[in-house]
Amino acid sequence: MQQTLLQKGTTAPNFELDSTPDQKVKLSDLRGKRVILAFYPADWSPVCSDEMALYNETLKIFHRYNAQVLGISVDSKWCHLAFSKHRNIHFPLLADFEPKGKVSKEYGAYNEKEGTSLRALFIVDESGTIAWSYLSPEGINPGAERILDELDKMNTEKK
Amino acid sequence: MSKLRTPVDNRDHTIGKPTATVTLVEYGDYQCSHCGEAYPLIKKLLKEFSNELLFVFRNFPLQESHPEAMIAAEAAEAAGMQNKFWEMHDMIYEHQNELSENNLEYFAETLGLNLDKFENDWDSSNVTGKIESDFESGIRSGVNGTPTFFINEKRLDTYNATYESLADAVRNAE
Repeated sequence: MQQTLLQKGTTAPNFELDSTPDQKVKLSDLRGKRVILAFYPADWSPVCSDEMALYNETLKIFHRYNAQVLGISVDSKWCHLAFSKHRNIHFPLLADFEPKGKVSKEYGAYNEKEGTSLRALFIVDESGTIAWSYLSPEGINPGAERILDELDKMNTEKK
Repeated sequence: MSKLRTPVDNRDHTIGKPTATVTLVEYGDYQCSHCGEAYPLIKKLLKEFSNELLFVFRNFPLQESHPEAMIAAEAAEAAGMQNKFWEMHDMIYEHQNELSENNLEYFAETLGLNLDKFENDWDSSNVTGKIESDFESGIRSGVNGTPTFFINEKRLDTYNATYESLADAVRNAE
């Protein structure tokens, strides 16, 4: 079943998800920052890990744009913990685990057939509104190019 | 299609004639095994297309995955400040599994570099700034992993780790 991603101008649905066994991340706590939501199918699979590894290396550049990255998949907090440690990931990976895929579904970023998140990107602006969304073709690492282009546009529009 | 956003300029390390009709840019990581596999292919390519090819190497170290990628990139750039970039680049790819700090210094010694200058340049802001600006130009040009090639500023999506995929791209370059 093909869903439609939430589009630009929509209020980003709030969520609170586990990032580690003893920490939670709440979207609304990040007001005042831009938030890059990177939904991805699974920890450990080759394309996802390349994508998360790339964002990991790009954090310094994202921070210049006042942007925080959050990875989201249906993997459990324990799986995320092992994956983060193994790959030295320095940004939160959130567990959309129980009820499974609830947040992904709210964003239109859930693959019902596979039971995983789609590979989708959102930028939520400082006031909690979706500024951009993008669905990546399956198996393709969308990279950071488009995200940085959009952040540049947001900076220009602000001026 | 992704395009090279930062054109080749005089800060880049190049091999070949500046008048070449085809420019091949590689974004590479010194500790990445796929880049290591591409290294001899590039050598062969430069021989076969010696008259028409200009090759450029830019740094794209994935530091969190490859702990030695950054120091190796720094060593190559520092060698570049003594006009031995390509010698160090080659030395590193030929000893890819031995990239400790001590070994990189030993490479510098083997290449006959002025070691005091090399050590000063190694973590200077000139060197780290060059590597970071290479990385950022890659990120903005759609480099999602290494190696990523651009032929005449267009990202090469048909590279499949074979010599032929590179040679075809050079032959068919527009």
